[in-house]
Amino acid sequence: MDRRRFRQAAFGAAVFVVGLISDIGIYPASADEAWNNVVASAKGQEVFWNAWGGDERINAYIAWVGDRVSAQYGVKLRHVKLSDTAEAVRKVLAEKAAGRNDGGSVDLIWINGENFKAMKGQKLLHGPFAKTLPNFSFVDVEDKPTTILDFTVPVDGYESPWGMAKLVFMYDTARLKTPPQSITGFLEFAKSNPSRFTYPAPPDFIGTTFLKQALYELTPTPDVLQKPAGDNFDAVTAPLWKFLEDMRPHQWRSGRSFPKNGPAQRQLLDDGEVEIAISFHPADASSAIANGLLPKTARTFVLDRGTIGNTHFVAIPFNARSKEGATVVANFLLSPEAQAHKQNPQIWGDDTVLAMGRLSPKDRELFDSLPRGVATLPPDKLGATLPEPHPSWMTRIEKSWLQQYGQ
Amino acid sequence: MLRWIPALTLTLFLAPVAAGLIGTLLPSVGLMPVLGGTTLTLAAWRELAEWPGIGTSIRLSLTTGLAATAISLIIVFACCATCHGTRLFGTLRRLISPLLSVPHVAVAIGFAYLISPSGWIVRTISPWATGWDLPPDLATAPDQYGLTYIAALVVKEVPFLLLMTIAALGQTRAAETLSVSRSLGYGPATAWLKTVLPLVYPQIRLPVLAVLAFSTSAVDVALILAPSNPPPLAPLVLRWFNDPDLTRHFLAAAGASLQLAVVIVAVAIWYLLERVVVRAGRRWATGGDRGRWGGIGRRTSIGATTIVIFMGFMSLHGMAIWSLARRWRYPDVLPSEWTLGNWARQADSLAWPVWTTVSVGVAAALIALALVLGCLENEKRYGLQPTTRMLWLLYTPLLVPQVAFLFGGQVLLSWVGFAGTWPALVWSHLLFVLPYIFLSLTDPFRKLDERYIRSALCLGASPTRTFWQVKMPMLLRPVLVSLAVGFAVSVSQYLPTVFAGGGRYVTLTTEAVTLAAGADRRVVGVYVFLQAALPFVAFVIALGLPAWLYRDRRALRVAP
Amino acid sequence: MAQEENKLQFDDVSVTLRGERLIENLSLTVGPGEITTVMGPSGSGKSTLLAFACGTLDPAFTEKGRVILNGIDVTHLPPEERRMGILFQDDLLFPHLSVGENLAFGLPRGLSSDERRARIEAALADADMETFAERDPATLSGGQRARIALLRTLAAEPRALLLDEPFSKLDARLRERFRRFVFQHATEQSLPTLLVTHDPADAAAAGGSVIEIGPTVASGISEGGAHLPQDQSHGGLTPQVE
Repeated sequence: MDRRRFRQAAFGAAVFVVGLISDIGIYPASADEAWNNVVASAKGQEVFWNAWGGDERINAYIAWVGDRVSAQYGVKLRHVKLSDTAEAVRKVLAEKAAGRNDGGSVDLIWINGENFKAMKGQKLLHGPFAKTLPNFSFVDVEDKPTTILDFTVPVDGYESPWGMAKLVFMYDTARLKTPPQSITGFLEFAKSNPSRFTYPAPPDFIGTTFLKQALYELTPTPDVLQKPAGDNFDAVTAPLWKFLEDMRPHQWRSGRSFPKNGPAQRQLLDDGEVEIAISFHPADASSAIANGLLPKTARTFVLDRGTIGNTHFVAIPFNARSKEGATVVANFLLSPEAQAHKQNPQIWGDDTVLAMGRLSPKDRELFDSLPRGVATLPPDKLGATLPEPHPSWMTRIEKSWLQQYGQ
Repeated sequence: MLRWIPALTLTLFLAPVAAGLIGTLLPSVGLMPVLGGTTLTLAAWRELAEWPGIGTSIRLSLTTGLAATAISLIIVFACCATCHGTRLFGTLRRLISPLLSVPHVAVAIGFAYLISPSGWIVRTISPWATGWDLPPDLATAPDQYGLTYIAALVVKEVPFLLLMTIAALGQTRAAETLSVSRSLGYGPATAWLKTVLPLVYPQIRLPVLAVLAFSTSAVDVALILAPSNPPPLAPLVLRWFNDPDLTRHFLAAAGASLQLAVVIVAVAIWYLLERVVVRAGRRWATGGDRGRWGGIGRRTSIGATTIVIFMGFMSLHGMAIWSLARRWRYPDVLPSEWTLGNWARQADSLAWPVWTTVSVGVAAALIALALVLGCLENEKRYGLQPTTRMLWLLYTPLLVPQVAFLFGGQVLLSWVGFAGTWPALVWSHLLFVLPYIFLSLTDPFRKLDERYIRSALCLGASPTRTFWQVKMPMLLRPVLVSLAVGFAVSVSQYLPTVFAGGGRYVTLTTEAVTLAAGADRRVVGVYVFLQAALPFVAFVIALGLPAWLYRDRRALRVAP
Repeated sequence: MAQEENKLQFDDVSVTLRGERLIENLSLTVGPGEITTVMGPSGSGKSTLLAFACGTLDPAFTEKGRVILNGIDVTHLPPEERRMGILFQDDLLFPHLSVGENLAFGLPRGLSSDERRARIEAALADADMETFAERDPATLSGGQRARIALLRTLAAEPRALLLDEPFSKLDARLRERFRRFVFQHATEQSLPTLLVTHDPADAAAAGGSVIEIGPTVASGISEGGAHLPQDQSHGGLTPQVE
């Protein structure tokens, strides 16, 4: 062989040998060993999981997770209940401002969408770590593209998927016989049933998603929503504002006051103040009935043209004190056991991110045997899933909404 | 060593408030390096001025703050004027005292349920009296003008101001003044208003201003009961601090500084109002009107006070019932299905917040007590008189809006590596606990007959021995009561825990605020009940322990 | 415990409060077992003199002069080291301690518990209150409380006795009995005693020198001591007594 090739081969051989030698000492021989190291370090750590605490069933599920990871991995999980995920973002930011690059107070955050974009953009996240989780291999990245693309922002392994959300609506069949089937249907419903409908005020995520849903159906060109909002903002959102304006006088409290969040509106439904509640979990109604939060006659409905769906995740801040513990928890959350327990409407009713095809028959059985729940729609009746728009749309819609209705 | 304590206390006090204010003011003019803010700019202030609804927010803060304080004060003075010296007064006072120890948040949550259109009051009268099969579309909690917010503030402020007034009455020669005025032909209520009120008001001015500052800048109660679109200024600022768009921080810092300005404006307006009232009052007082208010005035003021007490207790009651309910739909007056399951389910998740609440409360109260005793003893031994200026300094954390200095304080804590530690949390509570302990202890301490101490010293006991073996046992009851007060104040704190706790610590109050947004009233009921129960238990101990210890000592069993 | 040197001396004492002279250049000696009476209207500084003597003057006062007890200058000693017993108008028994515990409070250190008990019992017997050790002081009568107060003071083995109008709150009959009780103990233990009172009968019963403080004239009656002329221009004590 000629000189150049010889040098290339020699170089390659040298690299190989050096790699071999250093492998023995420094680099783990396999991903398994790396994972074992993580589990070993995680033992005894205290993980502070900052997660929205507005729904008691979710809090109970998280407490269950705490019991399981304590038993299985020796990790002590502490649920820090937030009213808004942004509280955790602020904490990490303040710590970065003070130069606190390790020993941070937040170990794990339940997050997605704008919050994720903000943290990723400001380099406040640890990672990438998601693909190193053994249970990540079960995630359905093909049929559930939102597990790697969060509100059109690439995840790149900086957050680990946890559950699937889809916008659905709940109502009490004892009082309402035919719920509306489309966004324009809501307007007619409000007109014929004054002060019986409303939506949570942005920046609550249910409220903003309702606005996004309305925008999807009302705007002539929904495709532009996948791209960042630009000068076309006013033109694209004009039908949305008209819709909200028309509906306002017929809304609950004449649109002068809004429920704080999704569960607050569900409470209004139970109290009989409104007819419809909005949720992100298809099994929410069944779960609410099982937990005594809604009457037994409550049911779910979706819209004809499909509703928005997304994935929600957990992420680890760059300065987390118990990174290994948090990683172990994230992995446990992806386990078939945890995902099935979560999907159980008696517990929470949040859909799994896992692909049934990738699970063993025994694990698949965990899911098949789940009770559906009397108020949950079967998958074929759940309708199409619309993708989330680019986060910039939401930021601007929120601001305009606050401008118009914040008074 | 004793000599340093006052200096130490003041440093513990003013330093963090000052540092916090600076830490908030600097970002408001664009100086926050981590977010790339290195140049002085007024961009944040401009954005603040252009924020939609900012004018309404400011107006809301001012009006609710001033209204709540004024209404509370009027009720208190009316009650004192018409019932002073009667047995009814003593009863009212005893009924109202427990409300003092209940955290604001607990009362606010319960009150929201009480008056909501599908709430307890409406359920009691529907549908038989009102014909409402479904709840009416009335905005009551929260309502547009913040009236329910004001009402909830009043429910908590009346007990506090009433007790402050009674304490102040003890300092003035109210009884003699009243007899003189009445002998001149004035009816009792008018006599009180014309002659005793001017004596009492200067003594309670600082507490009134603290109440005003609180009402104008409260976050926790506002989150639950104030209108949310737009909200008063303080919750709005908190919202900006929490915004995922991190550049909002500059806006938040500007808003927090604005909040401080709003409080200053409120105080200025209050001073103006005082002037006006004084001038009008003088004219009225010397006008010769003997004022026979008679039964009506009396009945109205007793009625108003009773309503306040009733609302307070019913709010807590409602939440206690919710904690035992499984299904409680409109228009049932009582739950249709009862259960102990709520308590059973919450037992595990309660352990951590309860432990934090109790440990921080006890620690903060004990440390504050030690500092206050040190200061008071110092004063006695070295003859230093506390000036009005010192009293103002003491009140500083109560007068400066929490939202204005806690963020800066958090950055400071993060910088020294203390944020999110238990000591930082205790210290942040200490700031607010200390003034109250000082207030409740200073009178009994100073009133203790000095000759007991002299006798002990001349009998050969050292000052230290005298302090522990004579002074403390004799002051046991006031000391324990002030500890209970300090503990109750700590239990109610919301923002300090949120900021200094760094998210690693949750207390019953922070959990209750978060859960109140989540609308499972049964769980909230559990938390609210505990929030109210813990300080109550502290008071029971504070009053019961000396009563038991001194069961054979008649001289120390005098009921205050 | 009669000691030759049991003497209480005031040497050129002046006490001023905010520019007002309360006591001016007072010098005084009280011998062992002697009871010197200080008389004058209220506010004239009588109690101030006693406070100065036992060292409990409020720091707001300016003091000059010396107090000498048994030849030792105690002016700069803290009260707990001066060994001066004081008795006030009110008995000031500690309300949280029983009668016996009150007495025990005054006992000096270093005694065995047997000795302490013995002394307490002796004191109670002295007051005719043998079974009262466990009693709550608030349940005692005025006379009983006064007696215990004196015995508590004496339990500390003082070298001098200061009496700040201790009889004025007692009714007439009790007053005479208690006065005798106090004076008896004072003379028995040869304690130089300074009695402050506004009642001439007390001065008469004391039988020692009498000093007047204050602007009004009220000649003191004394037995065995010099009668002091009143110097009105001073407005304070006339110096030089022996």
